[in-house]
Amino acid sequence: MRLFKNANYNFMRWRWHAVALSWVVIIAGMVVIATKGLPRGIEFAGGSAVIAQFDQTPSVQAVREALNRNYPGGGQDAVVQSYGDPSLRQVMVRVPQVGAEQGASLSTTAQAVEAALRKGNLGNFTVVGTEIVGPAVGQELENKGLWAFGLSLVGILAYLAFRFQFSFALGAVVATIHDILVALAFLAFFQYDLTLNVIAAILTVTGYSTNDTIVIFDRVRENMRSHRRDSLNDIINIAINQTLGRTILTAGTALLSAIALFVFGGEVLRGFAFTMIVGVITGTYSSVFVAAAIVTFWRPKHRRAVAAAAEAQAVSQPARRSKQRKARAS
Amino acid sequence: MNKNLRWKVITTIAVLVLFTAVGVYPIVASQYGINWPSWLMSKQLKLGLDLKGGVHLVLRVQTEDALRVETETTMERSREALQMAGIMVGNVTMPSAVQFRIEGVPPDKDQAFRQAVVDAETNFDRSSGTNSAYTFTMKPTIQRTLRDESVLQARQTIERRVNELGVAEPSIAQQGQSGDQILVQLPGVTDVDRAKEIIRSTGLLELKLVEMGPFPTQEAAMSAYNNTLPPDLLIVAGNAGSGEGAAGSTVYYVLRRVAAVSGRDLRSARQSLDQNNRPAVSFTLSGDGARRFGQVTEQNIGRYLAIVLDNRVFSAPRIDGRITDQGQIYGSFTPQEANDLALILRSGALPASLTYLEERTIGPSLGADSIRSGVTASVVGLVLIVLFMLAYYKLSGVNAVVALIFNLIILLGLMAYVGAVMTLPGIAGFVLTMGIGVDSNVLIFERIKEELDANRGIRAAINAGFSRVFLTLLDTHVSALIAAAFLFQFGTGPIRGFALTLSIGLVSNLFTSTFVSKTLFELVLGRRQQVAALSI
Repeated sequence: MRLFKNANYNFMRWRWHAVALSWVVIIAGMVVIATKGLPRGIEFAGGSAVIAQFDQTPSVQAVREALNRNYPGGGQDAVVQSYGDPSLRQVMVRVPQVGAEQGASLSTTAQAVEAALRKGNLGNFTVVGTEIVGPAVGQELENKGLWAFGLSLVGILAYLAFRFQFSFALGAVVATIHDILVALAFLAFFQYDLTLNVIAAILTVTGYSTNDTIVIFDRVRENMRSHRRDSLNDIINIAINQTLGRTILTAGTALLSAIALFVFGGEVLRGFAFTMIVGVITGTYSSVFVAAAIVTFWRPKHRRAVAAAAEAQAVSQPARRSKQRKARAS
Repeated sequence: MNKNLRWKVITTIAVLVLFTAVGVYPIVASQYGINWPSWLMSKQLKLGLDLKGGVHLVLRVQTEDALRVETETTMERSREALQMAGIMVGNVTMPSAVQFRIEGVPPDKDQAFRQAVVDAETNFDRSSGTNSAYTFTMKPTIQRTLRDESVLQARQTIERRVNELGVAEPSIAQQGQSGDQILVQLPGVTDVDRAKEIIRSTGLLELKLVEMGPFPTQEAAMSAYNNTLPPDLLIVAGNAGSGEGAAGSTVYYVLRRVAAVSGRDLRSARQSLDQNNRPAVSFTLSGDGARRFGQVTEQNIGRYLAIVLDNRVFSAPRIDGRITDQGQIYGSFTPQEANDLALILRSGALPASLTYLEERTIGPSLGADSIRSGVTASVVGLVLIVLFMLAYYKLSGVNAVVALIFNLIILLGLMAYVGAVMTLPGIAGFVLTMGIGVDSNVLIFERIKEELDANRGIRAAINAGFSRVFLTLLDTHVSALIAAAFLFQFGTGPIRGFALTLSIGLVSNLFTSTFVSKTLFELVLGRRQQVAALSI
């Protein structure tokens, strides 16, 4: 069995369409984020969450009513959702408030939620978990998260610029930023909470996407030596086609594991797995379309440069050869 | 088998055995209740709080407190020094935690003033202002040292308290951008409120002489001094008496500001019973403290001595005679409270107050659910990928699967060896390592297919496949490691576990997909002289 044997699709012809499609998705995502907002998980927004396991699963409506009646200030700001596998009969209630930061009373809000549920005649339950995050924590995490993104992109840019050429490094980094934006757009479309796990998934996508791009670029680098007379567009197109089987297969196995996580990984990992699924797809797409488009955009004059180099080679062959050998050794 | 290949096989098997012993054996053995050998079992991969259940707390040390104490002490000392030198000054105030101000210094005694406060200038910068006032500001280096010290001391105190609580494998660490946060993880603890109270209590014990009181209200206490309290006195709230019925209401004592004895002079504290056989806490003082305590009690027979804990008077017994090294704190304690108080006193006072920033409780059942779903996801992911690889690459797929399983064993072994903690995101990292890890094999195999298409011999195709792809693999792994490194830097708790799993997975993947996989190919092809076809 061999997928895409002798594939010869003209990917480069479609690159500008692809760029347009990406912009549509990203802008739509930004619009959703601007209007509906990206729900922030408790780590970032702060608040109190109580996970209760009931003897008889109450309806979300009943829990909400219990909060409206008994929770100070009512339950309109509360998020009520069933948590984990339905057979576990767990419900999570999240409110944006936390007890006073001063003193040991951080958990008073969580206790108020628990008391409201007890008074609500919802049947017997035990609190299996609580999560209380003060407002000071979120800001610091956001700062750190942004730094992590920025620095890892700079790190990858520097490494690739060292290993390849600057235009390639730029292509890989732009493709990665593209993937992050698309992942955020899809998180907004499906209104997944932005949690620490989701951030971790996005950073993993960063790694995966660069990985994918490098494989193609590596082939481009190799082809630039063997197909000296072709245009950059053709060289890139050949490289994409040569690696197409591998690209699809790897996306396949990565998707399989991400889907396994999504279906079986439990509540905590759902947002993580969702981000990974989106990220694997967009990562594959971007390394085929976006990264290469950036390289050709950055270096449209390549063909002329190659032609000039070929002439130069004809003139002084010995010098050229030694350079070439050096390039291969690096 | 040629010599080169023999060494490769031996290396591979040695690595496999080593990591199976460290990573896999302890997990499997503990499932069957085997605890032998102990030096291997102690290396067993630990479960994170999110899987095991327990309490996760993040506290902030209010380092301002430590600065304030230092400023206050220096201010008092300077005031005393000025009194000794006979220099009358105006107001002495503390506008901020790191500043104090002395006003109305007589111009003719300026030289003498500077002489008197010279001690304060080791830690403070003096600057003169209008109205012959001087402002003393704590030096920035001293501020930083004090802040760092107070966080360190707080951490050590919390460590002592947690150890006395008897929690197995607690984890206490400093974190946060400014380094003033302390992360406390207590696996298996379910009584959160008690743990929180014990950790947070300042635990500052002071014995102070009672000047007047008790008064029913603060105003009453003030009016006894015509509403101007002398600077060396202060009003402290306390429990009313020790008699039945009186407990619960608050009264106010006027106390000497300077403590006769403080918690620092404490040698030990333990739970005991008072005269009425109710729970109390007995303490003994160290040599130096006992000498001073003896002096104070001897000179003040008949007066009352307040036992002040965290700025609240617990009791104020009469001094009936000279006491040297023994004392007792009583009030309306439950045995548990008395026990906890003794624990807090034993572990020493906190240098600054603490506030809670974050609190998570994970019930053991929630953790068990997470493990179950994590393991299910791993197994399903593994089975899917194995089936996929076998279907697509046939016999070479077996090679990839062996390399993959090898990779997982090395991953488990290395994680156990470096003492990493398995968290739920760590399990996710595990599953992803499988999915993305086979990429290396896919890359190599696809390249071998290409080389075969170009009508090379099988051996040559395999060699070319591995050698040409190696540079690609190096580039992809290094850039993925760069991303993982920053993730580790950014992460707190579980995310770090994820980043670590990912990084270790990347390194072991590079080894298995190139070295192990190649060795396997060579092993299969090695005996045959002429290879007709490769199942790939």
